[in-house]
Amino acid sequence: MRRDIVTSVIGIVVLTVLIGLVYPLVITGVSQVAFPGNANGQKVYVNGKLVGSKIIGQSFKSPVIGKNGKPEEKEEELVTEADPSYFQSRPSATEGGAYNAAASTFSNRGPNDKATKEADEENIKEYLELNKPYDTGLTTAQVPVDAVNTSGSNLDPEISQANAWVQAHRIAAKRQLSLAVVDGLISKYTDSRGLGFSGEKGVNVLELNLALDRLTKGTP
Amino acid sequence: MSAQMPATHERQAISLFQRDIVKRALIDSFKKLDPRVQIHNPVMFVVEIGSLITTVTWLIQAFGGKPLGGGNEPAWYTFLISVWLWLTVVFANMAEAFAEGRGRAQADTLRAMRKETVARMRDGSTKAAAELTRGDVVVVTPGELIPGDGTVIEGIATVDESAITGESAPVIRESGGDRSAVTGGTRVTSDEIVVEITQEPGQSFLERMIALVEGAERRKTPNEIALNILLAALTLIFMIVVATLRPFGLFSGTSISETTLIALLVALIPTTIGALLSAIGIAGMDRLVRRNVLALSGRAVEASGDIDVLLLDKTGTITIGNRLASEFVPMPGVPESELAEVAQLSSLADETPEGRSIVVLAKQYGIREHDMATLHAEFVPFTAQTRMSGVNIDGQQLRKGAGDAIIELVRGEGGSPPPELQAVLDRIGNEGGTPLAVSRDSQVLGVVYLKDTIKEGMKARFDQLRAMGIKTVMVTGDNRLTAAKIAEESGVDDFLAEATPERKLALIREQQQDGRLVAMTGDGTNDAPALAQADVGVAMNTGTQAAREAGNMVDLDSNPTKLIEIVEVGKQLLITRGALTTFSIANDVAKYFAILPAVFIGTYAASPGGKGPLHVLNIMGLGTPRSAIVSAIIFNAIVIPLLIPLSLRGVRYRPIGASALLRRNLLIYGLGGIIAPFIGIKLIDLIVHNLLGG
Amino acid sequence: MTFAGWLTIFLFAAILTALAMPLGSYMAKVYTGRRVFLSPIFSGPERFLYVILRVDPKREQDWKSYAKSLLIFSLAGWLLLYVILRTQNAFFVPHGLNPLGYHSAPWNVTFNTTSSFLTNTNWQYYGGETTMSYLSQMIGLTVQNWLSGGVGIVVAVALIRGIIGRSGKSLGNFWQDLVRTVLYVLTPISVIGALVLVSQGVIQNFTTYLTAHTVTGLTQSIAMGPVASQEVIKMLNTNGGGFFNVNSAHPFENPTAFTNLFEMLLVLIIPAALVFTYGRMTGNRRQGYAIYSAMMLMFLGAAIVAYIAEAHGSPAQHAAGLHTHVISGSTGGNMEGKEQRFGIAGSALFDVVTTVTSCGAVNSAIESFTGIGGAVPMANLSASEVIFGGVGTGLYSMLLYVLLAVFIGGLMVGRTPEWLGKKLEAREIKLAGLGILITPLAALFCTAMATASHAGRASISELGKGPQGFSETFYAYLSQANNNGSAFAGYTGFIQPNAGNVGSHGVTFADLLGGFDMLFARYAPILFALAVAGALAGKRVTPAGLGTMRTDNPTFVVLLIGVIILVGALTFFPALLLGPVVQGLTGHLY
Repeated sequence: MRRDIVTSVIGIVVLTVLIGLVYPLVITGVSQVAFPGNANGQKVYVNGKLVGSKIIGQSFKSPVIGKNGKPEEKEEELVTEADPSYFQSRPSATEGGAYNAAASTFSNRGPNDKATKEADEENIKEYLELNKPYDTGLTTAQVPVDAVNTSGSNLDPEISQANAWVQAHRIAAKRQLSLAVVDGLISKYTDSRGLGFSGEKGVNVLELNLALDRLTKGTP
Repeated sequence: MSAQMPATHERQAISLFQRDIVKRALIDSFKKLDPRVQIHNPVMFVVEIGSLITTVTWLIQAFGGKPLGGGNEPAWYTFLISVWLWLTVVFANMAEAFAEGRGRAQADTLRAMRKETVARMRDGSTKAAAELTRGDVVVVTPGELIPGDGTVIEGIATVDESAITGESAPVIRESGGDRSAVTGGTRVTSDEIVVEITQEPGQSFLERMIALVEGAERRKTPNEIALNILLAALTLIFMIVVATLRPFGLFSGTSISETTLIALLVALIPTTIGALLSAIGIAGMDRLVRRNVLALSGRAVEASGDIDVLLLDKTGTITIGNRLASEFVPMPGVPESELAEVAQLSSLADETPEGRSIVVLAKQYGIREHDMATLHAEFVPFTAQTRMSGVNIDGQQLRKGAGDAIIELVRGEGGSPPPELQAVLDRIGNEGGTPLAVSRDSQVLGVVYLKDTIKEGMKARFDQLRAMGIKTVMVTGDNRLTAAKIAEESGVDDFLAEATPERKLALIREQQQDGRLVAMTGDGTNDAPALAQADVGVAMNTGTQAAREAGNMVDLDSNPTKLIEIVEVGKQLLITRGALTTFSIANDVAKYFAILPAVFIGTYAASPGGKGPLHVLNIMGLGTPRSAIVSAIIFNAIVIPLLIPLSLRGVRYRPIGASALLRRNLLIYGLGGIIAPFIGIKLIDLIVHNLLGG
Repeated sequence: MTFAGWLTIFLFAAILTALAMPLGSYMAKVYTGRRVFLSPIFSGPERFLYVILRVDPKREQDWKSYAKSLLIFSLAGWLLLYVILRTQNAFFVPHGLNPLGYHSAPWNVTFNTTSSFLTNTNWQYYGGETTMSYLSQMIGLTVQNWLSGGVGIVVAVALIRGIIGRSGKSLGNFWQDLVRTVLYVLTPISVIGALVLVSQGVIQNFTTYLTAHTVTGLTQSIAMGPVASQEVIKMLNTNGGGFFNVNSAHPFENPTAFTNLFEMLLVLIIPAALVFTYGRMTGNRRQGYAIYSAMMLMFLGAAIVAYIAEAHGSPAQHAAGLHTHVISGSTGGNMEGKEQRFGIAGSALFDVVTTVTSCGAVNSAIESFTGIGGAVPMANLSASEVIFGGVGTGLYSMLLYVLLAVFIGGLMVGRTPEWLGKKLEAREIKLAGLGILITPLAALFCTAMATASHAGRASISELGKGPQGFSETFYAYLSQANNNGSAFAGYTGFIQPNAGNVGSHGVTFADLLGGFDMLFARYAPILFALAVAGALAGKRVTPAGLGTMRTDNPTFVVLLIGVIILVGALTFFPALLLGPVVQGLTGHLY
């Protein structure tokens, strides 16, 4: 008994030092040397300014400026509206505004919840309002599910190709590009499946939007 | 050459539906409702408690009260459930009572012959048979019943043992040797014998046999205990399931009555096997008794199913007890037919099996049968001194006998045995045969080769045993060469040659050391240590008292191949338990599908009183929720009496290898256990639903 | 459903099997003390650790002694972790290791979290990036990610030793087994795995949270931390406690479809390999193959059902007018709570992978799964984590079921049941029966308490109406009883109105009931498993013959699956009906 206690106490302390300190520090050290970009979150800078992480989704809505000239707020959150010249990310339900990457959360909408249906309807409406003017044949039935459903992390950096193709009409119109050019960019920023079979293809929204900016706004 | 194996004496099977058995069983079924009896069977005890609660609920409802634990079920529903729950317990009791009843009927026949006899002691005094103790010496004369179990110490007599063995032909019992044991209650039919009693009062063979078949001393066997624990664990799990279902139901807006919960519990717990378990055990013992085997403990019956190694005595088991003539070996210059004829003539009056076999063999040489009377032959019988026998015909001395005895005889007559004779004698001896030299006056004509003869059908039996996974070992006093030859011919897996009681014991220990279970049969006193060491020791009833006490089973037919049947009974016992357990658990699927949709029919219904999403699980299309629950409970109850015959008869064992057997039983009792209740409950529901009028 | 989707599932199974077999052989060598290719590297540290820990590795332990060491070591770990979590903003914690200055969670939440990580459950009533300091994640949670899994593995190894033991009562030495597990099994895979993850984009740093200014004029705060080192062991030891609140759905934990595949392999590799280890150690590899087949069949069955259900879409989607079938450029299906890069198949498979094991990591919101899709993880949990199961726990729980199956099947071939030559008698049946009983008992009892009481219902989320509320509650206690840790995440035990934990409070009822649920359902079965090992260890071995029931052929596989479904899963049938099955059978919204 006493022997077990002594060994347990020494054991837990020694192993805590080895596993809890030495191991993560070694991994950090090697990672910072071997994969500094990845280890630090694949930060994306535009004009030396941090605009986000390549693999963390973000909102491409802009703040609504109120009558007082300040951004409008509702329940302590900024009121935003979609910027039609950018591809829009999937809906996000993080607290403190969409795409809050300091507090990831599931939206926890159940499959049989009225609330889920209402949220879906709201998102479909918004999506149609945003895109239908540019893609007149668009119907509810053609709205891709990922454009309406929130993601797991609510930080999804990607949208489906179908979603991008719908939005491409709007982007082409807004940015005065041919649809072919936009579709070409979509293909360029479409990630392939893992090892060619695992998972699904997705379009990285931040990379795509920045590429558009480079093309039409001349940003570096 | 009709040396057949002793026939198995199937005791007259006592019909399940004999009137008095049925009557007694019915009465017992109700007597056993006593909770003090039920507590030994946790599964059925739970059912009984459940029955009590539903009955109380019904009484409350009958007097205008509300059912316990909510729900709005009508009184007739509670009543029906109560009745069928009680019947479930009664049916379970009935199974046990039937099994006991059959045993008891056997015991009654035995008891009828246990008459009060007065023993005549050797000193002339008398003593009541019931007061005889070990060491008493009694005298029994023809026509008298032997007053107790014992050993013949003087005399030889024929004894009618039909009372215990069912075999009507009297058997010989004599002092000394391996035929010395006598059983109390059997009758001496000729000659006077002196018997030393070897039992204590009330412990006679007959009394033990009565106790055994009645199941009075039945204790649960290890495997039965283990299975009981498993059943108790399952019962516990389902009690938790049912107890928690109530709050789950309330959360989902469904109130489930106490009665329905109890019905669900009873349906889920393994009542089928719980009800039949003890009947299966009793019936296993009973099946052995009907094969004329007395198992002195239930543990031994179970162990017999596990046997890995079977030790069989060569003589009498694998080979017929006596050696038979197989070949005539003439001396140079003697025609074979001449030797055959002389050998035949010399054996004409010889009624021993050896003698008969020579006559039979000679026939194959075209020697026609002679008749002693027409030949005016004079018979010279075998004696221990001369070690030969023969006839004198027309002044000629025809003899057959042991080699050296004949050589001596021939030399005495002035002849000289041919030099080849010794070589032939040696060769036959070395091959394990017995040579009989044949002479006419001073001339040695040749040798008759007497050989061990393997019983018919042994090879098939050994194949069967091998398929059961049992290794057979032949035990013989013969030398290795002979033993190997017979082993090969008979198809036995292995052999122990030049066996002595010590080597036999060592062999058993060695096998047991390797983790094998060993069975053997034996009859002699020198078998006793090995019988005691073996996991299953079957003593021949004809054997000595020492052997009978050392073994844990006694074969009243004294048939050494009976072991195969004993193994089958042991296996059947376990298979029946396993099959009904599987069946019982598999039944739960259908019961869930009967009861749960009924309970939750209105749960999460779109409108009050409507059907909720779970009603689609009523895949059997049962009439109403109540008829569904009642039908499930009725099925659960009546499946017990329906399976009583199977549990008493036992599921058949087939020596097709464990994997094939498992596959077969899984298919029948597993898959069948899933499907059968779907059909059964549906059929019952058709009736119940119509009777209740929807 | 798409071809690529099916490929995701079946190729995964093939790769897993191909990798698990060699690892299984390797582990068999490690636990039988034979030399392995890593011996030159680790034998020195191994001896060094014995000296420091004052352990004599040659001292053989019977089951009681083994269990005592295990329990005392676990208690020491529990106390240390509780202290670490409760003092995360104490003066001695360097600022860089608690960059946002998080306060500790209240005592009841900490009790739950501590019990959760000790029991390899990793149930989380907290959000990682909003409540935990880097230091707590490293020296607290990561350490137990290693050790709780290690403890599970050694129990399985001890049980195998008991099953095959030919002489005496020894089950080996707990400390030796633990040290070997940490050094020879966990260290190499973790170090390499962590670096693979970083190379794919999992972060590993100590910088404070980033603030980005987006092109549309918004600001985005991005959590950072030493994630990869914790991520790899969280998966490898089937712990499942995410660095971030959304666990493996978070792009920093699981950035690509490849890491998704890699993480799934990490989860199943040890549980799958241990089955082969079992086969090796018993001296008959087919024993391992048989159990593996049973597990794999049930696993694939679950994955197929989940994939079909999720690809079909949910009633809410359909009611809103969404079309959920495959169109060009989108796989359709129920994408609520699922990441685009994983898709329906990658999410459904991950869900099955983590719920057949005790991993509890999620890469999608289980709460948002369809009724039947959500019933799959619950059914997996209902089978008491025997389909691969947690590291170690899966195998020892499975072996208890094997014991039951052998007992029932053994009877049916007409012999006293034997398992690898050892006769099964009342004692083993009693212990195995109790061991199997614990999980249903704990799960059902706790769910009943929580659904029946006001305090229990307080944890149900606002969105959890009707059957969803039942599913949440049932899932919570089923998951904790199985030491899984995945959740219908709406169910809560922690209210955090302010950032940095200030002013936050726990839901005491849920925290305590869950904590006890986890502790009871972890240590009681361990004790029963070790006791079974002890009971079997000294038994004589009967050589197998033609009449012996084989435990290494397809018939036995069928029997085993039947016993697991009939004895295990049927126990939960009524509860499953009232939750996910109701939802799956109705298009009605609540």
